[in-house]
Amino acid sequence: MNRYTILVYTENFIGILNRITIIFTRRGINIDALTASESRLDGIHKITIEVTVTDEQIIQLSKQIEKVVDVIKVYYFMDDEVVYQEIALYKIPIESLDPGLEKVIRQFNAHIIAAEKEFVVLEFTGHKEDTQALLEILKPFNLLEFSRSGRVAIAKPKFSITEYLNNQT
Amino acid sequence: MVRGADIVVRSLIAENAEFIFGYPGGAIMPVYDALYDYSDQIKHVLTRHEQGAIHAAQGYARVSGKVGVVLATSGPGATNLITGLADAQIDSTPLVCITGQVAAHLLGSDAFQETDVIGLSMPGTKWNIQVRRVEDIAPAIAKAFYIAKTGRPGPVLVDITKNAQVEFGEFNYEPCFGIRSFRPYVTINPTAIAAAAQLINDAKRPYVLYGQGVILANAEEELKRFLDKSGIPAASTLLGSGALSQDHPSYVGKLGMHGNYAPNLLTNQCDVLIAIGMRFDDRVTGDLKRYAKQAQVVHLELDPSEIDKNVKCAVPVLGDCKQSLPLLTDAVNSNTHHEWFQKFRELDKEEKAAVMSYDLESTHGGLHMGEVIQLINQFKDENAILVTDVGQHQMISWRYFHYKESRTQVTSGGLGTMGFALPAALGAQLHDFKRQVICVVGDGGIQMTIQEFGTIMQTKAPVKVVLLNNNYLGMVRQWQQLFFDKRYSFTELENPDFIKIAEAYKLRAVKVTERHELKEAVAQMILHEGPFFLEVVVEKEDNVFPMIATGCSVEEVRLS
Ligand SMILES: Cc1ncc(C[n+]2csc(CCOP(=O)(O)OP(=O)(O)O)c2C)c(N)n1
Ligand SMILES: [Mg+2]
Repeated sequence: MNRYTILVYTENFIGILNRITIIFTRRGINIDALTASESRLDGIHKITIEVTVTDEQIIQLSKQIEKVVDVIKVYYFMDDEVVYQEIALYKIPIESLDPGLEKVIRQFNAHIIAAEKEFVVLEFTGHKEDTQALLEILKPFNLLEFSRSGRVAIAKPKFSITEYLNNQT
Repeated sequence: MVRGADIVVRSLIAENAEFIFGYPGGAIMPVYDALYDYSDQIKHVLTRHEQGAIHAAQGYARVSGKVGVVLATSGPGATNLITGLADAQIDSTPLVCITGQVAAHLLGSDAFQETDVIGLSMPGTKWNIQVRRVEDIAPAIAKAFYIAKTGRPGPVLVDITKNAQVEFGEFNYEPCFGIRSFRPYVTINPTAIAAAAQLINDAKRPYVLYGQGVILANAEEELKRFLDKSGIPAASTLLGSGALSQDHPSYVGKLGMHGNYAPNLLTNQCDVLIAIGMRFDDRVTGDLKRYAKQAQVVHLELDPSEIDKNVKCAVPVLGDCKQSLPLLTDAVNSNTHHEWFQKFRELDKEEKAAVMSYDLESTHGGLHMGEVIQLINQFKDENAILVTDVGQHQMISWRYFHYKESRTQVTSGGLGTMGFALPAALGAQLHDFKRQVICVVGDGGIQMTIQEFGTIMQTKAPVKVVLLNNNYLGMVRQWQQLFFDKRYSFTELENPDFIKIAEAYKLRAVKVTERHELKEAVAQMILHEGPFFLEVVVEKEDNVFPMIATGCSVEEVRLS
C-alpha cells in the first residue's frame, strides 16, 4: 500500500463530486482526505484526493474516475512527486497561554490568527505528520478544538490541462 | 415559443427516436399532453410497469442498435426504472430515460412523489442530469443521446422538473457532436498492432474470445475476416453470441460457467489469448488465479478501464475494434491450426456423449429444455431473435440455440435480471414485426413481469413466448442440489394456470406435457401470425451441465 495524491480536473457540474466518491465507496476504499476548489481555469474544478491503496488499485481508480463523462483528466502521484500542504487550526483556552506554550509556538513557527476573550486560535501548516505532532503537544494544554484540511497539492511533473483541452481529437 | 413539454417531444423526434416506452404520472403529465399532438411522428408504447418499459427499451436497443427511449414520472415511476438502469449499465445498452420531477421550488422539501432520482440513478447511469429551466431541456437531451450511444454505450437519465415542462421557450435543436471532457475513442496505436501481430504469428495455439463489444462496434464482418485469414479457433461469451455465425469454421463454442466443455477447458492450454470486445467477467474466467496463466494475452478493447482490470494483458490494443481488427488482419500471417482445432473436436465428443445426448436425444422420461430449443432451431428463420430470462432455461437456450446472425441474442447478462425477457422481447418485436422473436422464460421469471402480457395484447406484437415450466426456481434449486445438500429451501413454486392467464390476455395458448406433442406445438407456434404462448412442462430436477462451479478454474469444468 502506498499513499497517493489523485488530481482530478472536472467540469463544474452539480453531482460530479458524488459520481467520483461512489467509485471509492463501491470498492470499499477509504478516502483519507479530499479537497475541491476552482482551478486556475474558468469553469474547471480541481479535486485533490488523498488515498492509501495498492499500485493496482490506484491504476483502476484513476481509470474509473477518468471514465466519468464530466471528468476532464486524472493524474495520480506518489508523495515524493507532489508538493503538498495541509493547514491545521487549534483552539486553546486563554488560561493555557504560558511560557511553555509560547516556546512550542516559536518552535513550530505556528501563528496566532485570532485572540478572543476566552481562547486563541493557532494556525500551523505542513504535512500531516507535522500538524499531528503539534496536536499531540497541545493536548495537555487543554486543547478545545482541532481542525485539519485535506491536502492541497501541486504536481512536480509538468502537465498542462489547457494543452490537453486544446489537443481534441 | 413552445412549452418545455413540446421541446421534450420534438427533441426526441429530432433524434429520430421511433418509440417511447413509458408510463404516465403527475410530474410528467405535460409531456404526455404534448405527446398527444405528435402521435403521427413518434410512437408511444404504454407498458404495464416502468420496469417493463425500460426492459422493452433495452430489447429494442439491443436488436436495433439504436438508442432506447423511456419516459416515466417522478418518485415511484423513476425508482421502478432502477433495475433496468443497472442492467443496461452493466450490459452497455444505450438508453435515454426521461423522468418527470416535482417543480424546482419544491426540490428538497419532500414534496409529493419527490425522490432524489439523480442520487438514486447515479451508480446505474453513464451520465445523468437534472433540468430545471426550459432553455436547458433541448441541450440536455442532445447531450444525453450523444453520451448514450458514443464510445462504450450505456444508459443516461434526464430528470426534468415540472415547471420546466410548462414554461415557454424557443425550440431550435442542435445535436451534440462532442463534449470536451469525454473522449470516447482513441487512435489505434500501430506499435500495439505490430506487437499483437508478432505474438499471434509466433503462436502455436492462439485462441480468440469474442464478446458483445464486437456487436456494439458493428465489427462482425471485421471479426470474420480476421478469423478467415488467421485461422484461429474462436469462442463466444454469452453476449457475444451471434457476432460470428456458428457455422463459421473458426467457431468452437461458448465460454463460461455453463458454456461448452472444450472452449473452457482449452483456455488453459492456448499460448496466445486474443480477447476481442469482452471484459473477462467472473462467469467467464472462473478462478482468476488459475485462468490462462500460461498464455500471453492480447486485449482489443474500447474502454481503457477494462484493460488489466481482471486479466493482465501482454499487449493492450486500445480502441474501436472496427478499426483495430482490419489493421491486425493485415499484419497477421495466413494460417491454419488443424491440430489445435482437433483438440476442440475431441473434447466436443465428450460433451456430446455426457451432456447433449441426455439433453437432446432422450426418448422417455420427462421433457428436457434442450429438446424444445432444438425444435425451435428446426423451424425458426435464420435471423430469428432469441430473448431469454434468467435461470436454467437461459443457459440451456443459449447453449442449444443456433446463432447465425448478429443481434439475435437478447438476455440480461451482467445483472442476471429475472423478469427481463417478456418486456425485452416485446421491445425487440416492436422494432420489426416481421422478424421472429422467440422469448424463452422460466416459471419463476415470467411472474416477475407477467403483466406485460397486457402490452403484448395492446400492441399485438407477435411475440412467441415459450415457458419452460419446471415448477422450480430451477437454477437456485440446482445449486441447492449440488452445493447445499439438496436442501430445497423455498425454491418450489405453486404455479397458477398459465394458459388461463395467457388466454385472459387474448394470447393463443398451448400447453405441452408429452414428448410426442412437442414438435407440432413448436411448429404451430412459429407459423402462427400473432402472439403465441407455449407452455412446456419439463423435467423438474434437470441440471445444466457443463458447469464451472464458483471458485473453480476453467479447466475444472465438469460434465456432471
Ligand atoms: C430479480 C432476481 N431475483 C433473483 C434472482 C436469482 N435467481 C437466479 S436464477 C433463479 C431461478 C429462476 O427460476 P425460473 O425463472 O423458474 O427459471 P429456471 O431456472 O427454473 O429455468 C433465481 C431466483 C435473479 N437472478 N433475479
Ligand atoms: Mg423454473
